[in-house]
Amino acid sequence: MNEVQVGTDIPVLELPPISRYTLALYAGASGDLNPIHIDSDHARNAGMPDVFAHGMLSMAYLSRMLTNWQPQSRLRRLGARFVAITHLHDVVTCSGCVVELVVENGETLARCDIRVTNANGEMTLVGEAMVAI
Amino acid sequence: MLDRRKIGHEFDPTTAVVERGRLRFFAKAIGETDPIYTEQKVAQKLGYRDIPAPPTFLMALDMEGTDFPPLIKLLGMDLSRIMHGSQEYEYFGDICAGDTIIVTSKIVDMFDKKNGALEFVVCENSYTNQIGVLIGKARQTLVYRNSQE
Repeated sequence: MNEVQVGTDIPVLELPPISRYTLALYAGASGDLNPIHIDSDHARNAGMPDVFAHGMLSMAYLSRMLTNWQPQSRLRRLGARFVAITHLHDVVTCSGCVVELVVENGETLARCDIRVTNANGEMTLVGEAMVAI
Repeated sequence: MLDRRKIGHEFDPTTAVVERGRLRFFAKAIGETDPIYTEQKVAQKLGYRDIPAPPTFLMALDMEGTDFPPLIKLLGMDLSRIMHGSQEYEYFGDICAGDTIIVTSKIVDMFDKKNGALEFVVCENSYTNQIGVLIGKARQTLVYRNSQE
């Protein structure tokens, strides 16, 4: 794994458009049954144009990008801020790169800046991961 | 305003059994196709006891105790005004199908911005498995919109 260094890009993860089916599956599988993500009438009554994606769905996509890159057993920390809503039909992409190598508890960790971006180039999640290399 | 006296409140621990079928469903829902997350034999070949829970599955364990996090009832929050602000995880070990996880949750901070239009509630959770090993911690910030009042 010595090819990982500052500036290394994490292979991007491109996702299919967010559909109502995507949100229904995620609601059931995650147990987050907030109707604002699955019931259009409820979402409109709450002042939204329609249902929108769970923030944690995008964070799960970030984790997929990371575990595609390195085994999950190397993931030490994962954090994200939810900075914009992901709307129905949006197409999001996960990307990231190594910004620093640090030593913690005797192991070398890659500090990675990670983000989710929609098709307009707007960031929806901004976060950081620490991955042992 | 939300009741700031609830800072420091610790919820009763909840227990969640991690089911293999549920993990497969979660993998499907997030589009995960790596067979380690769906096929027991593949996972075991790589040294796991059974298929592992993906990193953000911890949130699903939070939902096991009640229909929704007990925070909402405790603070009398309107669900449709809650936004997820941020989420952080620390991992010390893995969770696999068959594990039983005890989840503890505590309100560690509450504050507001924009003259109270937005309130923030910060919770810290811990996840301990059936043999008493702490396998993860979470820190969650929820944003509560008061501006419509």
